[in-house]
Amino acid sequence: MNTMEQSNSQKILKVKNLTVAFDDNVVIDNLNFEVEKGEMLSVIGPNGSGKTVLVRALLGLAGFTGSVEWKKDIKIGYVPQHFFVESDTPLTVEEFFKFKTSKHAQIHKALEQVGWQGSTNPEHFEHHLKSHLLNQQLGKLSGGQLQRILIAWSLIDNPDVLLYDEPTSGIDAGAEETIYSTLLNLKDKYEMTIIFVSHELSIVYNYATKVLCLNKEKFCYGEPEDILGAENLSKLYGEKMKFYSHQHLQNNFYDK
Amino acid sequence: MINNLISSFSSNAPLWLLMSTGVVVGVSAGFIGTFLILRRMALSGDALTHVALPGMGLALLLGLNAFWGAWAFLILAALGIWWIKRKTHLYLETLTGIFFTFSLALGILIIPKIDLLEALFGDIENLTVFNSYLAIFLGVTAIIILTIYRKRLMLLTISEDLAKTININASRLDLLFLILLGVIVALGVHVTGTLLMGALVIIPAASAQNIARSFSGYCFWSIVFGALSIIFALPIAHFFKLAPGPIVVLSAALFFIISLMPYRFRR
Repeated sequence: MNTMEQSNSQKILKVKNLTVAFDDNVVIDNLNFEVEKGEMLSVIGPNGSGKTVLVRALLGLAGFTGSVEWKKDIKIGYVPQHFFVESDTPLTVEEFFKFKTSKHAQIHKALEQVGWQGSTNPEHFEHHLKSHLLNQQLGKLSGGQLQRILIAWSLIDNPDVLLYDEPTSGIDAGAEETIYSTLLNLKDKYEMTIIFVSHELSIVYNYATKVLCLNKEKFCYGEPEDILGAENLSKLYGEKMKFYSHQHLQNNFYDK
Repeated sequence: MINNLISSFSSNAPLWLLMSTGVVVGVSAGFIGTFLILRRMALSGDALTHVALPGMGLALLLGLNAFWGAWAFLILAALGIWWIKRKTHLYLETLTGIFFTFSLALGILIIPKIDLLEALFGDIENLTVFNSYLAIFLGVTAIIILTIYRKRLMLLTISEDLAKTININASRLDLLFLILLGVIVALGVHVTGTLLMGALVIIPAASAQNIARSFSGYCFWSIVFGALSIIFALPIAHFFKLAPGPIVVLSAALFFIISLMPYRFRR
């Protein structure tokens, strides 16, 4: 195998001239980018810039023109932005997993992958998992817990790529850190490629290996250090936008 | 011999057969009601039952078995809802309010007065042997299909996006669900009549939701409440010579009140 082929085989996704429009309203206009294996690509942009639409187009859930070319036989996991169950919905976490697999071992493996750590005693772990998680009602989980369950659910069939579309609300900063260190762990330990939509620039700065900023058309693409400069951000989000690496100011930033 | 067979099929069904038919209808109504409630379609499902009326009226005018008219119109209505949901952005609730009440009005006009009361409120005791067996066959088939598809239906109910990621064809499953709903509602025409069938679909599932925390428990209790409503009501209606339909709905409502009790203790 020569080096050319090797570098080609590392390409997991090629997007060419991608355009998505709903009734004359162009949401994504002629977008081009590529994703390599093991990358953690963050898609950022203001509200309505087409982040979720892009993810849905990559999955074939939204219609588009142009081409979305995944590597052959690749398996894709997906956590959608909108997932809501009423707190009294009669459905346990275990039943939710059983929509996808009947094998306990697979459920346990997926839960461990998202950081439900077992104690040294496996029997104790089993009991703990059952009473504190699997028998819980799905609708009664906290926002952060639910996100990790959704990630675990998408991991059941061992995907090579995970598309994570972050919800806009319901998760506090601590839970968010947990979610993203979980995703980072999936990339490092299980060699997964991660594409995630995020609304928190500090998260993007800390976790992404590549950044794609959207505002109908591609505004910027590259390493986070290069992309998250004041000039690019003000172009993307409007005037007077500046990224503060200072943690406490991140919310002020986004509220503008 | 053939004449004997025909007359035995068209004679009134014995009580045990009526009870079996009723239980099959109660179980299938309880089962499908679970999805109807979680999909926030309780009222649409109720209104759908009215579509049976003009169908029955048309069948009676043509000298056919009224129930064939009910089947045909309910399945057409199921297809109609499915098409409207896919092709337009109209709100189902609004359409339901317009189209189904229109059906009720039309049905009342064209059904001969003599048959109207039976069509509206059902009369299981007039059921023929043939119609009993037909209802049991269709009801059991619907129950088997629901059992096979229950997990996929539930996933589709809570998240269409996730359902699509495991290659569930959302639109086809929606159609299957609506056709099953049409078939089961048509079965209820025998038992509670078209006006009250909505109650037999909705109340057992609503009761089950009060006490169940898991999906399996929810389905189980809804089926049990559906069956019990029938088992409880038919003998009472028979011995006191009352219309069975309203008694069925009253007993379903009684179980709903009982199901609220654990709620109070939990507080």
